[in-house]
Amino acid sequence: MSDKPPSEVTVTINGVEVEARPGEMLIAAADRAGVHIPRFCYHERMSSVGMCRMCLVDIDTGRGPMLQPSCMAPVSEGMVVDTESEDTKRAQEGILEFLLVNHPLDCPVCDKGGECPLQDQTMAYGPGESRFVEEKRHFEKPIPISDLVHLDRERCILCDRCTRFADEIAGDPLIQFTERGNSMQVLTFPDEPFNSYFSGNTVQICPVGALTAAPYRFKARPWDLEQVESTCTTCSVGCRVAVESSRNELVRYLGVDVESVNHGWLCDKGRFDYEAINSDERLISPLVRDNQDRHQLLGTDWGSALARAAEAIQQAGPQRVGIIGGSRLTNEDAYAWAKLARVVIGTDNVDAQLGDGLPAEVVLSLPPATIADACDADTVLIVGPDLKEELPILHLRLRVAATKGQTKVIEIGPIATGAEPYAQRSIRCRSGEAAKTLTALLEGDDPLGNQLRDGSVVVVLGRASMAESATPALDVASVIRDRLPHATFLPALRRGNVRGALDMGLAPGILPGRTTIDHPSESLTSRWQTFPKKAGLDTTAMLQAVVAGQLDTLILLGADPLHDFPDRTLAAEAFQHAQTVIAIDNFVTESVGQADVVMPSTAYGEQGGTTTNIEGRISRLTQKITPPSSTRDDWMIAAELAWRLGGDIGLSSREEIWREIEQVAPSHAGVTIDRICAPETHEGILVQGSSIELSLPTPQEPPVVDGYGLRLVSGRKLWDAGTGVSHSPSLQHLAEESMLRVHPSDLHRLGVSSGAAVRVISTRTTETLLAVADDTILRGTAVLPFNQPGSRANRFIDATALVNDIRIETL
Amino acid sequence: MKFFSEENLELADVIISRYPKPRSAMIPLLHLAQEQVGWVTDDAMAEIAELVGTTSAEVLGTCSFYEMFKRHQVGTYVINICATMSCALMGAEELMEHAERRLGVKAGGTTADGMFTIEGAECQAACTEAPCLQVNYRHRYRVTPDEFDSIIDELSSTDHNVPDHGVLSQIRQHIPEDRFVGAVPPGDVASAPVWMHDEGVD
Ligand code: SF4
Ligand code: SF4
Ligand code: FES
Ligand code: FES
Repeated sequence: MSDKPPSEVTVTINGVEVEARPGEMLIAAADRAGVHIPRFCYHERMSSVGMCRMCLVDIDTGRGPMLQPSCMAPVSEGMVVDTESEDTKRAQEGILEFLLVNHPLDCPVCDKGGECPLQDQTMAYGPGESRFVEEKRHFEKPIPISDLVHLDRERCILCDRCTRFADEIAGDPLIQFTERGNSMQVLTFPDEPFNSYFSGNTVQICPVGALTAAPYRFKARPWDLEQVESTCTTCSVGCRVAVESSRNELVRYLGVDVESVNHGWLCDKGRFDYEAINSDERLISPLVRDNQDRHQLLGTDWGSALARAAEAIQQAGPQRVGIIGGSRLTNEDAYAWAKLARVVIGTDNVDAQLGDGLPAEVVLSLPPATIADACDADTVLIVGPDLKEELPILHLRLRVAATKGQTKVIEIGPIATGAEPYAQRSIRCRSGEAAKTLTALLEGDDPLGNQLRDGSVVVVLGRASMAESATPALDVASVIRDRLPHATFLPALRRGNVRGALDMGLAPGILPGRTTIDHPSESLTSRWQTFPKKAGLDTTAMLQAVVAGQLDTLILLGADPLHDFPDRTLAAEAFQHAQTVIAIDNFVTESVGQADVVMPSTAYGEQGGTTTNIEGRISRLTQKITPPSSTRDDWMIAAELAWRLGGDIGLSSREEIWREIEQVAPSHAGVTIDRICAPETHEGILVQGSSIELSLPTPQEPPVVDGYGLRLVSGRKLWDAGTGVSHSPSLQHLAEESMLRVHPSDLHRLGVSSGAAVRVISTRTTETLLAVADDTILRGTAVLPFNQPGSRANRFIDATALVNDIRIETL
Repeated sequence: MKFFSEENLELADVIISRYPKPRSAMIPLLHLAQEQVGWVTDDAMAEIAELVGTTSAEVLGTCSFYEMFKRHQVGTYVINICATMSCALMGAEELMEHAERRLGVKAGGTTADGMFTIEGAECQAACTEAPCLQVNYRHRYRVTPDEFDSIIDELSSTDHNVPDHGVLSQIRQHIPEDRFVGAVPPGDVASAPVWMHDEGVD
């Protein structure tokens, strides 16, 4: 007897021999062999439950053919299967007749009608007519089970997909089967809605119209929809998505199953924030500041806006211009702007990150890892933001891998995060002290130390709090480089195409293709010819330079420093001192409202091109709708500005831009348009090479909090006051007002009762906030979420400080 | 809102410690909750969820699967009148009608004084003794309308030994220290428990 499990088993399906993987279910093997077995409950990304019986087929394992559910039957050597036998057909007819016993057949008024597996399979495999004449069961027609999802229990066929998803994948078992037999139904607990960041996925996988999404209900019929495949750019995970429109309006996104990234899932923000793109509040024509009344922005034409912008840039001179933002841009747009800045304007003051990320040269030189690497690593070490809030599908992938035992997650950080329930260990440390904590862990005799040293490690690295500088994260990187040299990294960076923007050179000292300004590639030098030879300023330094009178003109590329930069005081001062602020955006954000020249750009779904996710995976964006009014692509604005500045970036289409990128960016050589557009690379093309050497500063000891102080921790939330959420009518009310949360003993020590207003003092400001007690918060720490409606976290933060401390006093 | 009494909360901890995974204690805790007030309140489910580390929805899912967990207030005595074949042939329908008249409530209802709930039930595995009913799950056989009246009279007096609805002895069981195998997941059991050896079992 051989004790090695066979690597393959052979089964015969409808007379054809098929190779199957040991342990897999017959239905999966049949799928790969191109034999379709009808199903309702089976889903390839979840465990099999055998709820619906639609997948019954004749299986003969030597004892004669027998009807068995193919989603519950593991393949075995010599299995003979008939998916079209008379018995199978009779079973399929019978199951469908049963499923329709209680189904209301309200297809004409059902969102799912036209793309409904129940409709389709009834047509294909059903009996043609029903013998059921009795009364069907009745329930109140759709009941909201959350703000975003409605449930019609009459339509439900009890397949357990939504409930399984909520439990197994999302880890939010807030919907359940209740009762049994004829009264069985999906429900939430009274007054505890299905508030999951991933709830929209249940609507997508429900095989009937029982679950519908509030933003999409009755918006379109499936046969009116046009669909293209694209990539979500709401965050930097880069989930593959099907973008659907009806009459030139985006109406729905669906997750596309790609093995490397999202497994078909989307987070609710990525899924529903298309509402913002359709919003009437979109910026659709250029604006300029009124010379008479400085408080007013007046509508103008493109010619005047561009002329005014060009004039301001020229007057300032190359060294006195800075460009902030660009991580909302496509790769092509980012490249056009990087080139405009260097070649035409002559400045290296460009930074796609808003003082809330990691230095570009570090991001581009850390040993890279993929999401799949993380899910298969012995250990994933998270030192950074709450992934559930900021990179939701990365959180989901790690959660599923960890709960299946594929990997173990250790997190080190100042607050409880979404990773805590599935982490092997959640280590709390004061903000700024992660490196110290990690060192102690590796030096002590904690078994986790051995686990990290002896096994493969993927580090998810980012900034846990907007109130700490990049230094603590870099210190962690140094500890890892010295002690765990085998570890690889996934950067947890904020905003959609931030990785692509850095790759394209939208960072000081960085040129397209992951090279530095000191070592430009030959192909780039020959194409660009003149460009600055000295590294410019990053966002913080640019804002400081404006305040110091060393920089006159600021260009904002889809950036809102007044809300998104950690330090509002510095940003606001810079706005006051700047001679001219030029903003290119989709909305009039607070920062845009203070600009002198405003130009409207096209938004997601209105542009083609490519985007790059945190792994360095380049994937395609597809244009679905025509942009509104006179909005323009960002690269076009760059090209026009170049021309008005008396220069030329030599780019006249996205394709041309990509061809140039492919030639001048060493890391992107060989990634041709043909390869990007090939159907087999729809998962994207992973580009990991970089010519930048990793260099990290020597770790610094963070200052001690004085006896009266509390260390401020400010993380971001999924539902925030950003443009995507606040301009989406279905989402805007989901963002919660934020309060200062402090450990009860700290409140007690200060003589403050929970819920009371307190005076909060930092080096930047003194303001009154509500403070609540929360015993999950580390002592000596105060938590105030960033960019929530009414949140003033950014007023307390000094962006130049390593960490920020506050004091609270009774009024 | 907290539901369990202090004493029951202590017992809940003991019950949870009997299982390798706290979630496995969900059903015994539902019994405990039902014992405390005669039915399972929403507060009880929410507190059980907290105790065993899951969501209230999951506790609701489990609780509502079982007919014998009541999620609305029931009387001190729940009377289940069997309505399945044998009992139906032997006069169950008349018995139910009589019960409804006598107590002044419809099947499924509870008397205003909170004493009695009557319910129609499926076969109670006492078909030879039809028509039969149960009072708080204790059988009464061959019940005639007159006998029904005397059952009500008996329950209304103090002279009977039917405990209130929800009272259950199993969860109150005391497991002696030396017979408690410990909360070991099945896969981790290395040898037979000590007490099995004591009794000479291998
Ligand atoms: S609501 Fe839809 S997904 Fe959920 S059990 Fe019913 S049919 Fe299945
Ligand atoms: S995780 Fe990020 S990329 Fe994926 S759907 Fe959500 S916002 Fe979009
Ligand atoms: S698909 Fe197999 S039982 Fe539902
Ligand atoms: S039919 Fe009544 S007990 Fe069986």
